[in-house]
Amino acid sequence: MKEYTITVFSENNIGLLNEVTIVFSRRKINIESLTVSESEVKGVSRYTIVAYMDESKVENVVLQIEKIIGVFKALYFEAEEIVHQEVALFKIANSTKLNGNLESLVRNNGAKILTVSPDFLVIERVGYKAENQELFHELEQYGVLQFARSGRVAVSTLQKDFTTYLKELAEAS
Amino acid sequence: MEAATKTQNTDTMCKNAEHLSGAEILVRSLIEEQVDSIFGYTGGAIMPVYDALYDHQDKLMHYQARHEQGATHAAQAYARISKKPGVCFTTSGPGATNVLTGLADAYLDSTPLVIITGQVASGFLGSDAFQETNMIGLSMPVTKWNFQVTKVEEIAEVMAKAFYIARSGRPGPVLIDITKDAQIATTDYKYKKCETVRSYQPMPELDMSQVEAAAALINGAKKPLLLAGQGILLSGAEKELMEFVEKTQTPVACTLLGLSCFPTDHPLYTGMLGMHGNYGPNMNTNECDVLIAVGMRFDDRVTGNTAKYAKQAKIIHIDIDRSEHNKNIKVDVPLLADAKQALRELNKLVSGTEKHEWMKSFKDYYQLEFDKVIKKQAYSDNEKINMAEVIRTVSEQTNGEAVLCSDVGQNQMATARYYGFKKPNTQITSGGLGTMGFALPAAIGAQIGDKDAKVVSISGDGGFQMTLQELAMIRQYNLPVKTIVLNNSFLGMVRQWQDLFFEQRFSCTKLDNPDFVKIVEGYGIQAKRVSKREDLDDAIKEMLESPNAYFLEVVVETESNVLPMIAPGAAVSEMRLE
Repeated sequence: MKEYTITVFSENNIGLLNEVTIVFSRRKINIESLTVSESEVKGVSRYTIVAYMDESKVENVVLQIEKIIGVFKALYFEAEEIVHQEVALFKIANSTKLNGNLESLVRNNGAKILTVSPDFLVIERVGYKAENQELFHELEQYGVLQFARSGRVAVSTLQKDFTTYLKELAEAS
Repeated sequence: MEAATKTQNTDTMCKNAEHLSGAEILVRSLIEEQVDSIFGYTGGAIMPVYDALYDHQDKLMHYQARHEQGATHAAQAYARISKKPGVCFTTSGPGATNVLTGLADAYLDSTPLVIITGQVASGFLGSDAFQETNMIGLSMPVTKWNFQVTKVEEIAEVMAKAFYIARSGRPGPVLIDITKDAQIATTDYKYKKCETVRSYQPMPELDMSQVEAAAALINGAKKPLLLAGQGILLSGAEKELMEFVEKTQTPVACTLLGLSCFPTDHPLYTGMLGMHGNYGPNMNTNECDVLIAVGMRFDDRVTGNTAKYAKQAKIIHIDIDRSEHNKNIKVDVPLLADAKQALRELNKLVSGTEKHEWMKSFKDYYQLEFDKVIKKQAYSDNEKINMAEVIRTVSEQTNGEAVLCSDVGQNQMATARYYGFKKPNTQITSGGLGTMGFALPAAIGAQIGDKDAKVVSISGDGGFQMTLQELAMIRQYNLPVKTIVLNNSFLGMVRQWQDLFFEQRFSCTKLDNPDFVKIVEGYGIQAKRVSKREDLDDAIKEMLESPNAYFLEVVVETESNVLPMIAPGAAVSEMRLE
C-alpha cells in the first residue's frame, strides 16, 4: 500500500462528491484527507484526495472517477510528484501559563498568531501534517481548546498547466 | 390552482413556446425522443405524469407491469432489441426501490434505460414523508447518471440530457427522480435535443498510432484469436467483424453477451468463452499468440484465474470505456474506441492467410467436447430429458433465428451453449448481474420491441417463480411470447456447485413447486407439460407454431451438471470435460 494524492476537477454539482467517494468505498479504500473547493474557474471544483492503496489499483480508481459524468479530469500522484501543504488552526486559552514562551514557539515553528482576545488566541500554521501535529503537542501544555486542520492541498511538480486547461474549458462552454 | 396559473401566464407566454405542466412536458419530451413504449407502474407520486400520458396514448403505448422489477427487465430487452433506450415510470418509495435490480443489471450489461421515478413534493424532501426514499443516493452506484428534478423549468433540458447520456458512448441506465410539485407546476415549453455535455466524451478520438500498432500485431500473428463481446452488438459492428475475421482468417469466440454477433455456423466461429463455454476457445486462449478482445471487459467468468490468463499472448483490447483497459487484464495495445469505428480502421490495414493447423486445433477440441459432453447432453439417452436437448430442439426447429431470452443458471448456460444463433441481437440474458427472474419480463419487452420476432423465454423453475406475475402482461397485451420452464425441481446451478464443491450437501436448493400448468392457465395462456423424450419434438413444434402465447414446462433430469467447466480459481486451460 502506497500513499497517493489524487486531484479531481469536476462540475460543482449536487451529489458529485458522493459519486466520487463511492469509487473508494466500494473498494474499501479509506480516504485519509479530502479537500474540495472552487478552482480558478467558477463552477469547477478541485478535489485533493489522499488515500493509501495498491499500486496496481490506483489507475483503475482514477479512471473510474474520471468516468463519472460531471468529472473533467482525475489524476494521481506519488509523494515526490507533488508540492503539498495543509493549514492548521490552534485555539489556545489566554492564561498566565503562556508568559513569554508562546511567541518564540510560534516564531520557531513558522506559525503566526491570527487573533488575540482576552480569553483565547488563535495560531495558524501552514505546512506538513506531521509538523502541525508536532506543534499541537508542544502547545498542549498551554491548553489547546480547539485544533483544526484543512486536509491536504497539492500542486503537481510535472509540467502540467491546469489553469489554461480549465480556462479553455470554461470558454468552450 | 394549476388552471389559475395557466391563465395568469397567458400574457407572458413566449411566442414559440407553449405553457405546460411539468408532467405534460415530460411526456412530450419522450415523444421528441422517439419513444413509443413505456413500461411502468403507477402510484401516488407519479400520478400527474400518468394523467398527462392519458392524452398521448396514440403515440406512447404504456405497458403495465405487475411489479416494477418486471418493468425494468422488459425495458432492458426492449432496448436491446429496438436499439432505443428503454423507458420506465414508477412512483416514489417502494415503486422506486423496486427498480434497483433492473438498474444494476442494466449498468453492468451496458443497457440504455431512462427511468422516471416520482418523488414526494420538494418541501417534504428529507423529512421521511410517506413513500419518500432517497433515490438519488440509492441509485448512484448503479446508474450512468442520475438527477433529481425539483423545478418544472429543469424538466425538458434534463430529459434531453438523460436520453443523450443513456444512448451515447458506452450505453447505460439513467434515473430521473421528479418531485410531485415539479410535475404539477407549469412553465414555457420548448424542446431542444442534447448534443453535448462538457464533462463527458462519449466518442473518443481514435489514436491512429494505436490502430497501427494493433494492425502490426495482427498481421504478424500465426495463432490469433478474436474475443467478441457485446460491444459488437451495441455499436452495430457485425459486418465489420465479419470483414475483419475473413480478411485475417482469425477464429472468433463470443462472450456470453457477445453471442449472436457472429453466426454460429460460420467456419471461423469456435464457440463461447468462459466458465461453461466451449472447450476449444478456452483452451486456446492460453495457446494463441495474439488475442484481440473487442467490446468485452475480461469478466472473471471469462478469464478464470487472471494470473494464468493468456500470459503467452500479445493482447489488443478495443473498448469505448477507458476504465476497462488494464482493469482486470494488463493489455499490450489498448485501443480506446467504439468497436465499429476501430474495426473499420483496422480493416484498412490488416490481412492474413488461412491458418490450417490453428483451426484444426479448435476442431479437435470440439470433437473431444462433443464426445465427452455434447453427445451425452444434447443427444441424451438417459431416462429423463436433459435441458441441453430441449435447447437443441428449439434451435433446430427455429433454424437458430428466434430471439432467446434466458434466465440465470443452468438454463442460461444450456441456452448459450446449444442454441445456434444466426442473427444479431437474438440472445438476451442477464450477464453481469446474473438476475434470476430476468427471462420472462425480458421476453415480453423483446416481443414489444420486435412485434414480428419469434420470442422464446427459457427459465428454470426457480427463476420463473421470481417474476411469473408478469404473465399478466402477456395476457393483457396479447403477446405471442413462448415460455419454456426447464423444471428440475432444484436450483440447478447451485445444486451443481454443491455436488462438485460442497460434498453433495444440498443445502436449501430443493424446490417443492406448484402446478405451473394450472397457474399459467389461470392467466388464460395455453399451457402444457412434457416429461417424455418421445413427446418433446411435437410439444416444441406445437408451441412454436401457435400464433398465441404458449407455455411449455419440460420436466428435466435433476442430476445433470452443465459441462465443461472451469472451476473457480482455475485457469481457462484447466477446463474440465467431466
